[in-house]
Amino acid sequence: MLSISNLHARIADEGREILKGLSLDVNPGEVHAIMGPNGAGKSTLAYILAGKDDYEVTDGEVRLDGDDLLGLEPNERAARGLFLAFQYPVEIPGVANMTFLKTAVNAQRKARGETEISTPDFLRLVREKASLLKIGQEMLRRAVNVGFSGGEKKRNDILQMAVLQPKICILDESDSGLDIDALRIVADGVNALRSPERAFIIITHYQRLLDYIKPDFVHVLSGGRIARSGGPELALELEAKGYADFNEAAA
Amino acid sequence: MTSHSVLKTSAEISLSRQFGEAVGDLPGSVAVRDLREAAFAQFARIGLPHRRIEAWKYTDLKARVAEAAPLAHRAGATALAEIAARPRDVDGAIRLYVVDGHFHPEISDLAGLPDGLSVTSLAAGLDAGRADVLAILAGLDIAKEDAALALNTAFMRDGVVLDVADGAEISTPVEIVHVVTPSHAVSVHSRGIVILGSGSKLGLIERFVAGDAGHQRSDVLQVVVGDGAELEHVAVKSDDPAALAISTLTASIGSNARLASFGLASSGDLSRRQFFIRFDGDHSTLDLSGAVLLKDRMHADTTLIVEHVGLACESRELYRHVIDGEASGVFQGKVIVRPGAQKTDGRMASNALLLSGEAEMANKPELEIFADDVACGHGATCGAIDEMPVFYLMSRGLPRPEAEALLIRSFVGEVVDRVGNGVLAAAEQSLREGLDAAIDVWLAGRALALPHGSPAKGKA
Repeated sequence: MLSISNLHARIADEGREILKGLSLDVNPGEVHAIMGPNGAGKSTLAYILAGKDDYEVTDGEVRLDGDDLLGLEPNERAARGLFLAFQYPVEIPGVANMTFLKTAVNAQRKARGETEISTPDFLRLVREKASLLKIGQEMLRRAVNVGFSGGEKKRNDILQMAVLQPKICILDESDSGLDIDALRIVADGVNALRSPERAFIIITHYQRLLDYIKPDFVHVLSGGRIARSGGPELALELEAKGYADFNEAAA
Repeated sequence: MTSHSVLKTSAEISLSRQFGEAVGDLPGSVAVRDLREAAFAQFARIGLPHRRIEAWKYTDLKARVAEAAPLAHRAGATALAEIAARPRDVDGAIRLYVVDGHFHPEISDLAGLPDGLSVTSLAAGLDAGRADVLAILAGLDIAKEDAALALNTAFMRDGVVLDVADGAEISTPVEIVHVVTPSHAVSVHSRGIVILGSGSKLGLIERFVAGDAGHQRSDVLQVVVGDGAELEHVAVKSDDPAALAISTLTASIGSNARLASFGLASSGDLSRRQFFIRFDGDHSTLDLSGAVLLKDRMHADTTLIVEHVGLACESRELYRHVIDGEASGVFQGKVIVRPGAQKTDGRMASNALLLSGEAEMANKPELEIFADDVACGHGATCGAIDEMPVFYLMSRGLPRPEAEALLIRSFVGEVVDRVGNGVLAAAEQSLREGLDAAIDVWLAGRALALPHGSPAKGKA
């Protein structure tokens, strides 16, 4: 479904290379965890996949369902089913959460040549997904992420994911800054979306999140490429030993 | 008049000729005529304001106004009937029409006015030499130097005088619609007066509508807010592509009183809204706010002077400019705190969003404080759209123009939120819908102007 091969990328303004030949294949239904030390390029990978234009891809390619992904605008990627849950979800003052969700749903449907969602269908969809994430009417009426706690922002991002129903979900440190209760709610929200057609890339620094969202594969990102891949046991090993081995390898 | 030697530009020479021809026909008693002569003489001493006059530094009328359009005549019956038949923007409002500078009671809603509200024409008040009107026309000291106001005093033809009796709370909004009808360029000088008695309340909407024939419009609203009185004023200039539009609001505010004035401006080549506000009494509040949307080569100037004379008054000014294309915006705000005005609480902010590399904004906030126990502050910001929220919205599926439009609406929304917080609360929804629609029209025009596939980009 998502195929990353030999991806090289650098920060556009300063030219420092962050990704140095990263390759990864993600198939429908799979959950891949990407772990790694700070500065390994985890968030860079997430941003490049979503289409943030601060990065310049110098080599390699990314394909989604066989089509070149890197030539598409972020909104075109979204319409094709790619979703990024942000490490720091952005505040949009003056735009109600509900309005924003509906605008996003309809923008994607329009891009796919579908008709707009009816208001009753939309309300039903949001109500169902919101209750799972313990998001009340009050949060839906408020401006997007404005005055939200860290946990509320992360839950709100997962709500967007649940409502937009993407096929490949990338979670960039969705566990950072969360207490154990918020972490559990976010994990429940993600687990509810797991399906044979949908894949996940979970980017995280700590193993903790993976206690709640069980990955099929664990990869260590270090020095701009996948340094090691394995099953869930690799996360436990990292938790015990740290990233010291990889830091040396990268240096 | 020796002063004529200063009037050199073609526009100034035309104004001088127009004044000489019109002054005999303009309404008013002898005292009014004296006022007009004095005002024109004041104008003639400096001519059209130019960049060396500090208050007009960024809006040089002498350079920008090539010619003065001929004075407008009274509109004909056909034009008036057509105007009267137009749909209403605010349901249930008392609608008053000022067409080509003349108040037209015959097409205005004067039947069944609420108790305590009187609506008369300025021309009648001038002819009758109403003493209270004359006192208001004489104006505030802080406005004395202004050439645009002086020019309006010289030429003012007509307008609406609203008297609200002591204690009268007028729950129905009053809507003054200013229309310019001719298909050729004309100039219009109108003046309205609002006198709020003690403890009275009024909600006032002004709407400016004109064709794009190159009209030149000067309108002045002079307000006296009595003790304990409250006025909420909303001015909408979204359908007024006048070549030149200068709106002036002067107000003197009594004790325990409240004045709020919001303005939306999204049309017109060259426009200026200026405010001269004085707190005469104690413990009163002022809330001035506005949203200004500019594109192409539009230029809009918001200039205000707020003078705190009384004790413990609170003033708030918040303006948001959105500037695209080669347009330019100006915000000049001066808050003066006189020696006796202790416990003054003043806060002023101007924020501008620049959507193109050629867009310009000049911010000039000033505080002049002569009292030692006050809390005053101001802030001005100017910047491009943040790329991070744009990316966030795009990553959820919104194409760039839609993402930018949403963020612009959000930026402007924070000032539009101030509408309907006072006497106009009952009309809030229809007002907000009208304002949102005007903002959408502006945004739609912008989307069309965006070159396909090469979106405007700002630096975060």
